Amino acid sequence: MTDRVHVENTVSRRDFLKIAWGAAGALALVEAAGVGLSFFAPRIVEGEFGGGFEAGLVDSFPVGSVTPFTQGRFYLVRMSDGGFLALYRKCTHLGCAVPWNPAEGRFVCPCHASAFERDGTVINPPAPRPLDRFVVTIEDGMVKVDTGKAISRDKTSADDLVYAGGVA
Amino acid sequence: MTDPLDPRPEDLKQRVWESIQRDELPPRDDRGRMRVVMNNLVLHLHPSKVAKASLKFTYTWGLGGLALLLVMLLSLTGVMLMFVYTPSPDTAYQDMLSLQTEIRFGQFIRNVHHWSGNLLVIVAFLHMLRVFFTGGFRTPREFNWILGLSLLLLVIAANFTGYLLPWDQLAYWAVTVGSSLLSFVPLIGEGLRNFLLGGPEVSAATLTNFYGLHVAIIPLTLMGVISFHIWRVRKDGLSIPHRLDGSIDGATGHQIEKVTTLPHLVSRELAFALVMTGAILLWSVWVDAPLETAANPDHSPNPAKAAWYFMGLQELLLHFHPVFGAIVIPLLGLGMLAFLPYQRFDLSAEGVWFRSQKGRWMAYVGAITGIVGVPLLVLLDEYYLDLPGTFPNLPTAISNGWIPLAALLLMLITYYDGMKRFFKASACETRQSVFVLLVMSFIVLTVIGVAFRGEGMTLMAPWEVQ
Repeated sequence: MTDRVHVENTVSRRDFLKIAWGAAGALALVEAAGVGLSFFAPRIVEGEFGGGFEAGLVDSFPVGSVTPFTQGRFYLVRMSDGGFLALYRKCTHLGCAVPWNPAEGRFVCPCHASAFERDGTVINPPAPRPLDRFVVTIEDGMVKVDTGKAISRDKTSADDLVYAGGVA
Repeated sequence: MTDPLDPRPEDLKQRVWESIQRDELPPRDDRGRMRVVMNNLVLHLHPSKVAKASLKFTYTWGLGGLALLLVMLLSLTGVMLMFVYTPSPDTAYQDMLSLQTEIRFGQFIRNVHHWSGNLLVIVAFLHMLRVFFTGGFRTPREFNWILGLSLLLLVIAANFTGYLLPWDQLAYWAVTVGSSLLSFVPLIGEGLRNFLLGGPEVSAATLTNFYGLHVAIIPLTLMGVISFHIWRVRKDGLSIPHRLDGSIDGATGHQIEKVTTLPHLVSRELAFALVMTGAILLWSVWVDAPLETAANPDHSPNPAKAAWYFMGLQELLLHFHPVFGAIVIPLLGLGMLAFLPYQRFDLSAEGVWFRSQKGRWMAYVGAITGIVGVPLLVLLDEYYLDLPGTFPNLPTAISNGWIPLAALLLMLITYYDGMKRFFKASACETRQSVFVLLVMSFIVLTVIGVAFRGEGMTLMAPWEVQ
């Protein structure tokens, strides 16, 4: 009885070699894929879009203003309560550059007519979510925007706003 | 005394020629003709004999051969263009301008490349329709249908990557819009898009990536799969056209008559290739490929449209949540296409255009339903229906995704069931009718997107669209 169990659990030399070759082949494929993926991975250039920006002094942005930063591809929005918000200008629908329409007081995408409030809230679909935002920090009265990572959000929130000198 | 291995050592010229071309040219008899086809690197992709009935032009419309001709024209003109173009945002657009103004025949070569590329998308699509409607994918050709489907995808990928290279406004924003579709793939979408573009936006890295894909990876893959595709046609035999009564079209009775590939098939292919090459060259003499102003990442044109073959998808996106418009519905469609040859097929329908007389009527109904139904649905959604507004508490993926998709699938099931009962038709005929309906819907959506969408992507009459 124990003999039979023993026999059934024995891997034949042929099977062992088959498995070993298969495993080695699979490992080689994974390695090749890893090399390929890292080789072709996006290359980030420092100092261009994707880096940090000094937008300007707090006082240079009037309350209720929307200031475009072409290099940084964002809008610096100052809400009526004085809070700052940096909005990525890329439409959350299909990636068009969304211009600010001062006459209507909203962002209107030229591609598919998505419209967004001053704070990025969707007024008009097909955009599926509010405009993405970048992290804003205020140091010594200087507004800084980090364009390294666009933060996508499902809903706009008052917590997204940043105030000079802590919470207003 | 002559050496049996070297019968004519004295005739050097003859020996050199025979070392290159082993068979007698021109061949003396059918046996010789078959040998020439068998022993020739290019021709041996063909069988040495073909059914005479299959040569009928109105059965195949020469679409597969035309696709191959276009690939050859594209390779030739594409390699020429590589010599005068540098894939960098600083130089690409300038190179396009000098191509069109300074380089002799530059505009002409670009035109041939541009129009052949666009025509190839249409021809590959029509070829697929032809094979479907004549039942050409039936056993043993199922896998060749899959190969054809992957060729269609490769052609679209080639076209899409080439679209960016002129680096004008059209190129930049069409690729921005097109690649954003990818980012809606759940979980890995953003990463996939960033990987393809070499960053979050279309940039210098994107141009480098697309150039490499366009001139090396895609063409090489395409060549490989094309050879495989044509070779499988040889192995599986050409499908044979039949009339409604089951007799072989282009022949008397049911006897399959075979003729040698050389010259019967090859001469037809050459003649058609010559005529089509002439037509494409003529067209390219008169009609210039478009070139807009240089790409400006700060300013999206209004409207910003994807490449025309993606306009059907872009139109879907106006009505569905992006995950559904860009991912779920196209994948469902592709899945259905891939699965088609593995479903039951009426034996009597092989080689018969549209399966049967009943199949033809049902195809008409499918086409008309698509032509009438899709514009009605588009208008309904544009002016009356506001699903996200109707269900404000639901996520838009449900209100503008699952709900309309379920409604559409329900309509399709009703259509299938109704047609099958009304015509007392077989599953094969009814499936064809659904196929016609879906294909026609896709074409109508594409036409709406291209011709009826103007500024702000609002609906308007074609003459108001700039």
